[in-house]
Amino acid sequence: MSSLPPAPAAAPDEPPRPRSLSDLFFSFTWLALQGFGGVLAVVQRELVEKKRWMTREEFVEEWAVAQIMPGPNVVNLSLMIGSRYFGLRGALAALAGMLALPLVVVLALGLVYAQFAGNEQVAGALRGMGAVAAGLIAATGIKLTAALKKHPLGLPACVGLGAATFAGIALLRWPLAWVLLGVGGAACVLTWRRLGAK
Amino acid sequence: MTATLSAADWASFFLHYLVLSLLSIGGAITTAPDMHRYLVDEQHWLSDAQFTASVAIAQAAPGPNVLFVALLGWNVGLNAGGLGMAALGLSLAMVGILLPSATLTYLAANWGHRNRELRAVRAFKQGMAPVVIALLVATGWILATGSRYDPVDWPLWLLAGLTALIVWRTRIHLLWLLGAGALAGALGWV
Repeated sequence: MSSLPPAPAAAPDEPPRPRSLSDLFFSFTWLALQGFGGVLAVVQRELVEKKRWMTREEFVEEWAVAQIMPGPNVVNLSLMIGSRYFGLRGALAALAGMLALPLVVVLALGLVYAQFAGNEQVAGALRGMGAVAAGLIAATGIKLTAALKKHPLGLPACVGLGAATFAGIALLRWPLAWVLLGVGGAACVLTWRRLGAK
Repeated sequence: MTATLSAADWASFFLHYLVLSLLSIGGAITTAPDMHRYLVDEQHWLSDAQFTASVAIAQAAPGPNVLFVALLGWNVGLNAGGLGMAALGLSLAMVGILLPSATLTYLAANWGHRNRELRAVRAFKQGMAPVVIALLVATGWILATGSRYDPVDWPLWLLAGLTALIVWRTRIHLLWLLGAGALAGALGWV
């Protein structure tokens, strides 16, 4: 860590960024600990809306890669964001932040689980939190649609591709890989052609 | 329950997770059925109840859902004898499920970043945008409705819909919403 140059004070015209490896580690720890039923909604809220480390458009682009690669999506996303700022060490710091403390919490919950597994109130609370988590992830998607305004294919085509994806996954319950290959592949080819025509 | 694992068994356990890591497109949870087949049905290292509880605990806990893999490894180790084995099981499972996919993602992301001006890279990242955004909404839909559309669940659907509306239109802290959901559930409203 000592080889890092001291972080310059953020100038007003400079985009905000993590100050250090420990800033990355603790930021991701805090994100992960807030993420009941999924961390992505919290990552979007904190990193795009509050800390402004990335724009909505950048977030969607990184998320596309994190989603298409094998592995847990938010884990992929965290190591990609970490590596963007501090290379391999940043990737490891973000990854460790995302996993270390939550791992301890999960093990502790595992130890007390047997005592509460049959408790009706606990089961009810988990059900309620599950419904809220579902709303959080859907709202994250709705908010990110704003990133499509400048899309090369134009908004109507994006709405069509999005509707096809939603129908395939949510209504018809097709396997994810088919939808990514089919709709995603078509979307990439169309975008490729449009980018070339310009 | 108890299980006996030789060094060769642990090696096969680790190898199994290394392979699953490369297959886990869409998240580690997509490979959970195969983990169940391997750990419970085939090797009998874990009971069905332990498997289900591990997934449920990791879903309820904060943090990435992949931590259910850590609990599975921990419980296999506990069955094999004690905390030392549990720590071994946890480490092998987590390193196994993460190392291949994380390495691949790291290399691919860096390659993509270095070549971000290439037409193919831009077409992929921008082309996938509407698809991955719609996927998020679809995921929320699936989480809210579960595997069945049972009208008795309408309070859950309402709660999920209201949450989505509030998060979309306001800047309220997400933990307040989770707390409210937990309270509504504990009081038996949903």
